[in-house]
Amino acid sequence: MEAASIPAGPPASQRIKQLIGTYGLTAVLLIMPVWFAITDLSDDGNLVRLGENLVAGLSNGAIWALVAIGYTLVYGIVELINFAHGEIFMIGSFISASLIGTLGLTVDSSFLPVFFGLVVALVVAMVGAGTLNVLIERVAYRPLRSAPKLAPLITAVGMSFILQNVGLLWKGGNQQGVPDLLDAQHTLVTIFGVTIENADVLSVAVTIPLLIVMTTFINRSRLGKAMRATAQDPEAARLMGINVDTTISMTFLIGGMLAGAAGLIYAVYQTTIWFFQGFTGGLIAFTAAVMGGIGNLRGAVLGGLIIGFIQQMSDNRIGSQWTPAIVFAYLVLIMVFKPSGLLGEQTRDAG
Amino acid sequence: MSVAASEVEQTPPDPTGKKSGFQLPGWAEKGVIPGVVLLIAALIPFIPAIGDKANLMQQMAVALAYVVMALGLNIIVGFAGLLDLGYVAFFAFGAFAVGWFASGHFAYVNDEKGIHFLVGGNALNLPGIHFNFLLVLVIAIVLTTIAGMIIGLPTLRLRGDYIAIVTLAFGEIIGRLAVNLDGTTILGGTPITAGRQGISPVDRIDLPFLDPFTVLDKKPWYWFALFLVVVVLFVNFRLRDSRMGRAWVALREDEIAAVAMGVPAVKTKLMAYASGAAFGGISGAFLASLLNTVNADQFQFSFSILVLAMVILGGLGSIWGVVIGAIVLSIINNYLIPDVINGVPGDLGLDFDMTQITFAVYGFLLLLMMILRPQGLLPERRHKMELADHAETTDDNLYTARA
Repeated sequence: MEAASIPAGPPASQRIKQLIGTYGLTAVLLIMPVWFAITDLSDDGNLVRLGENLVAGLSNGAIWALVAIGYTLVYGIVELINFAHGEIFMIGSFISASLIGTLGLTVDSSFLPVFFGLVVALVVAMVGAGTLNVLIERVAYRPLRSAPKLAPLITAVGMSFILQNVGLLWKGGNQQGVPDLLDAQHTLVTIFGVTIENADVLSVAVTIPLLIVMTTFINRSRLGKAMRATAQDPEAARLMGINVDTTISMTFLIGGMLAGAAGLIYAVYQTTIWFFQGFTGGLIAFTAAVMGGIGNLRGAVLGGLIIGFIQQMSDNRIGSQWTPAIVFAYLVLIMVFKPSGLLGEQTRDAG
Repeated sequence: MSVAASEVEQTPPDPTGKKSGFQLPGWAEKGVIPGVVLLIAALIPFIPAIGDKANLMQQMAVALAYVVMALGLNIIVGFAGLLDLGYVAFFAFGAFAVGWFASGHFAYVNDEKGIHFLVGGNALNLPGIHFNFLLVLVIAIVLTTIAGMIIGLPTLRLRGDYIAIVTLAFGEIIGRLAVNLDGTTILGGTPITAGRQGISPVDRIDLPFLDPFTVLDKKPWYWFALFLVVVVLFVNFRLRDSRMGRAWVALREDEIAAVAMGVPAVKTKLMAYASGAAFGGISGAFLASLLNTVNADQFQFSFSILVLAMVILGGLGSIWGVVIGAIVLSIINNYLIPDVINGVPGDLGLDFDMTQITFAVYGFLLLLMMILRPQGLLPERRHKMELADHAETTDDNLYTARA
């Protein structure tokens, strides 16, 4: 409503509003790094601590980026917040942790078994999580596709609770340890005093290729084209001979596979898993997707990395018990300043 | 858009124009049935087998408090169509109204002598802030109304699922604050919240002209909760049929059309949040006093879902449906799952109890209701009628006009 501006020379209030709309989010995002950079410079005289936050944040954020893509893909195509997506990520973690146990991998295993074991775990976790996501779409969302939008959202919440309890029964209510296969905290290199650990390398090494494959797939392949067409206009896509149901299933499959991969990285990176990780993780990743602009793949990645950085700074300096509150506060701020996100276009719902 | 719309639209309009099924005359439905139900509900505690069991009476009082809460959420989700997943925030504010203004929590105020206002009995000699419960209720209403407005503000520009996420985020932030603010001290060294330990004990309800409520006898609590339900029901019906209520429904059905017709979207939505929140606050304050604690663990996302499940089960927008939904889910939550079917998985040779997966049950319920009966157990009749009339006029008139 506010956007209906007067044609001749917008008044000052309009211009301020426009300015906030354009730069508000960026300014909000810069508050924490700038503030901590200043305190670092005045306390230590260098930016090493912030740099370490950045490295850990980016590798952490890579996980959120993978999960966020699932949100963004699904939202782009069926305009639904797949609430159960965080739980898919959790199940991915659980599958890989179980598989690591079944394969008998321990801290003492040598490089080759660990490498191939992790590859197998990655594939199984991806397939498992992807299939689960497709099944959820079949059971909970497809019957409600023509129903009002509130309905699938509520089933999504229901599904998320069901999966959470599945996780609870599977691994119990406490945090479970995962063997620290890669010696995650081991310092690999030090650049300008900033240490880079094995875990950082792992998460980037898995995430980047996956992202490249996925974006190429969506941009180049026939199916990717069908997905984009369906996202734009399902009715027209159907008329053009695209099987919309299959396309939607494939979207859920891809989203679920990425969440499964994220689950494996999370398990090896954090070396602990918990049935509740999906809820918080899902919300964090959703915040990332919204921050980047929902429906936009590059936006989801960017948002994931930024959220990872914010999370790391907050964990490191404010206290990890405050991190969820801070991330959610960012979510609210984004909604206030720029619901369409950093790279997103105006959408029907968030305009 | 309401969920109730989907199913109704699919059923073809009855060609004869008569409504199928048994219909009571309007006066009977409006006056007699609720009156009889109310009378029975009020007299139940006099049955010794029920009234003498303090535990049962307590659970019934809790169920009635849930009814109040579900009615509040129904205004936001059912009437106005704004999916609020952070309703627990209002419970928290209501409960903290009691924790802050009717307990010994702030023990250091006024030189450890405490502040007392319209209270009698034991509370007079205790340190901390002690206000009369009715006053605390007013404080709770004010607090939650403000909180509702604040939570509503950022969602005004948003629609649909974005609202759900923002309200969820707010609910989580409030929950986090309740847990984490136990380290921040105010008023001479008392933390703002008591975190997971909880503010306990809190003052029991002490109404003018009546004996103070006691821990042992739960009957007065039950009657007070029933009184709250009646008041809230009355307000709910009046609100629904008011100008504001019609504006809510209009916004829910088609925001653009409603705004074009002159419905002030901002004011109307904020009013929905504010009034829904106020009911949550009333119920939260009552629950805090009844359960005798204000504990951060109470304010979790799952509670929002419990209340939402009550609304969905009963029927979005349907006042009586929501009452039934809240009572049914309270029975499931407090009796059926822990006492009756708790051992079922164990009997089947599975290694867990039903209480562990309570929320999977609710999740499943949400899923089932949405797919099989999205309009709820007792659908909103007015809404159904509107749709049926609408379908009739369009079809019949169109054909007559063409003929």
